[in-house]
Amino acid sequence: MWNRLDWDWDYTMQFLPHMFSALKVTIAVTFASFAVALIGGLLLAMLRRARYKGIAYLAGAFVEFIRSTPLIVQAFFIFYVFPISFNLVLSPFTAGVIALGIHYSTYLSEVYRSGIDAVDKGQWEAAKALNFSRMQTWMRIILPQAIPPLIPVLGNYLIVMFKETPILSAITLMEIMGVAKQFGSASWRFLEPVTMVGLLFLLLSYPSSLLVRYAETRLNRQRGS
Amino acid sequence: MNMRSDEKPIVRYRNIRKSYGDLEVIKGIDLDIFPAEKIAVIGPSGSGKTTLGRMLMTLEEPSSGTIEVDGELLWHKKVNGKLVRADEKHLHKIRGKIGMVFQHFNLFPHMTILRNVTEAPVRVKGMSRKEAEKIGMEMLDKVGLIDKKDNYPSQLSGGQKQRVAIARALVMDPKVMVFDEVTSALDPELVGEVLNVIKEIAREGKMAMMLITHEMDFAREVADRVIFTADGRIVEEGPPEQIFEHPKSERLQNFLSRFMAKV
Amino acid sequence: MIGAIAQYLPPMLKGIGVTVQLTLFSSVLALTVAFLLGLCRLSRYSLVRGISYTFVEIIRGTSLLVQLFWFYYVMPFFGVEFSAMTTGVLAIGLNYGAYGSEIVRSSILAVPKGQTEAAIALNLTRWQRMIHVIIPQALMRMVPPFGNLLIELLKGTSLVYFITLADLTYISMTLRNTNYADSLIIFTLLLLIYFLIAQLMTLGVRWVEKRVTAGRLA
Ligand SMILES: Nc1ncnc2c1ncn2[C@@H]1O[C@H](COP(=O)(O)OP(=O)(O)O)[C@@H](O)[C@H]1O
Ligand SMILES: [Mg+2]
Repeated sequence: MWNRLDWDWDYTMQFLPHMFSALKVTIAVTFASFAVALIGGLLLAMLRRARYKGIAYLAGAFVEFIRSTPLIVQAFFIFYVFPISFNLVLSPFTAGVIALGIHYSTYLSEVYRSGIDAVDKGQWEAAKALNFSRMQTWMRIILPQAIPPLIPVLGNYLIVMFKETPILSAITLMEIMGVAKQFGSASWRFLEPVTMVGLLFLLLSYPSSLLVRYAETRLNRQRGS
Repeated sequence: MNMRSDEKPIVRYRNIRKSYGDLEVIKGIDLDIFPAEKIAVIGPSGSGKTTLGRMLMTLEEPSSGTIEVDGELLWHKKVNGKLVRADEKHLHKIRGKIGMVFQHFNLFPHMTILRNVTEAPVRVKGMSRKEAEKIGMEMLDKVGLIDKKDNYPSQLSGGQKQRVAIARALVMDPKVMVFDEVTSALDPELVGEVLNVIKEIAREGKMAMMLITHEMDFAREVADRVIFTADGRIVEEGPPEQIFEHPKSERLQNFLSRFMAKV
Repeated sequence: MIGAIAQYLPPMLKGIGVTVQLTLFSSVLALTVAFLLGLCRLSRYSLVRGISYTFVEIIRGTSLLVQLFWFYYVMPFFGVEFSAMTTGVLAIGLNYGAYGSEIVRSSILAVPKGQTEAAIALNLTRWQRMIHVIIPQALMRMVPPFGNLLIELLKGTSLVYFITLADLTYISMTLRNTNYADSLIIFTLLLLIYFLIAQLMTLGVRWVEKRVTAGRLA
């Protein structure tokens, strides 16, 4: 049985250059959608604290909806529905960034929310007593206190999003998984490409997650003292 | 009752009520505060003193009644002769005349002391950083903390924090300032330095002050007039000698005797 | 539009059947794996701890889709061939089980030390302490995070689209391929159905939470 597992090094070597050039796409789409999620999540968290209850409610409903439906379907929606119904043709990369970015902005909004809730209520009151505007209060008083403790968690989500990028091969984005599939289907041999892709994910995400954990314990120690 | 009925009040509470849900905590209060007047607000805990101050600082909206600041309505605007709820723009305008010092300081922990004091004049009043720092340093000097200007709040004692908070409020140059039990959160040995700073400011004069306090000696020394609240109402008011030496109402007599007994 | 919905809903209902089956089976596997791995991670034996830790980190360090492909395309090299359904249940169950082990582990660790000490004082054996004292208390803490995990798992089942298992997502995609113009209706319907299933699952988890914690929360 085991002798059927003949690992083909030549085949592997042929694949590697394809994988590494696609890694650029994976990394680009990860960081671009992370940026979207960082900003979108913050916006959602702020909207959920809006003075107008209707806006706060809508933001909450949006988060709930996006969080309980699959990313792949959202990606299909953006990639296939937008051109037909809204006359908006998007490249796989752009559609992927929007889908992944918006999907995780709902997760990040929860992260921001916990950080914002942790800021003492007195900070809002002092800002009001000094007559800061609502926007100034957010930007100068609340967020500078709320965000720094969240950095490890945000880093964690960057890794999570990195690992979600293969899903975007469903909308024909040629990231590492898409390339592996394409490469393998030529000779119907997937052992090497899929294994290499798995290894690459492990190699990149495990050390990163150790880094995040280290940052987290350091931060906790700082806060504890 | 008003000692200076010839002068125009800087703050005017008119039939103010405030409820939280079914609980009415302010049950119809009328109160005038005159320019440069120092009033002390005393009374049992839960009687509504903080709420009274917070409604002036726009932190809490009255359920009914009006508050005027410097001749203008605070929470309302007159449109075609009718009172309507004021918008944020209006509140922002009037709020500039009011300042507040909190029981728990509420300094901005991510800013240095000097930055705490200068951030609002720069951002809110549009002052240049240089000008704000000049005034900020003056105020820090007044509260005796100029050498702490580059420290962060966490590096200060409670008394020092509260003095910075006072400087921070002073820099905005309000016409009336609310002090809400500013020494209650302090260790006993730190109370004196804060009260001394407030006495100094009171002596200088021009700003009206609403001093919510449990420090009776301090109230007697600084206040022009003392307000005694109980159960969401003003039960008695008058000059300090009258309130402390010749309390009329039984509630005030009880309050004072219990208070003195405790100390 | 009503006509379109009437046209697409029946085939999608079949897809719901597959998605629900997949969710159910992989949930059972995931919960089992979560408990096994979670307990192994707390084992007295460093070898057991080491192996379970490595397994969890490998699963968490790669992605579900890679694992799905691996089971589907690579296992045949080992001479093992699974149906798409089995592959899906295996990959999804193991993946979410690994994540769930973290919930089990931290919930057990969160039970106050005094409970273990009291159980020792009563001379319960190691296993008795675990089964009768610690785990029942840890269980209450586990329900809400497991609820979230199961919603994530439901979403994860949509990835079987890649191994051409005819779940809700796959069926909708084939519907779209033959009715381009109705993409909006099809995908909106699809999103709404997932949302509905997720809401039902949330209700279920709340119900379980009430049952498990009723009157027992200290
Ligand atoms: N946000 C609030 N919600 C409900 N009740 C409140 C709130 N703030 C104050 N109260 C109640 O209002 C009453 C007056 O409070 P407060 O003004 O703080 O009194 P004081 O400052 O005199 O101690 C108290 O009974 C208090 O419990
Ligand atoms: Mg009070």
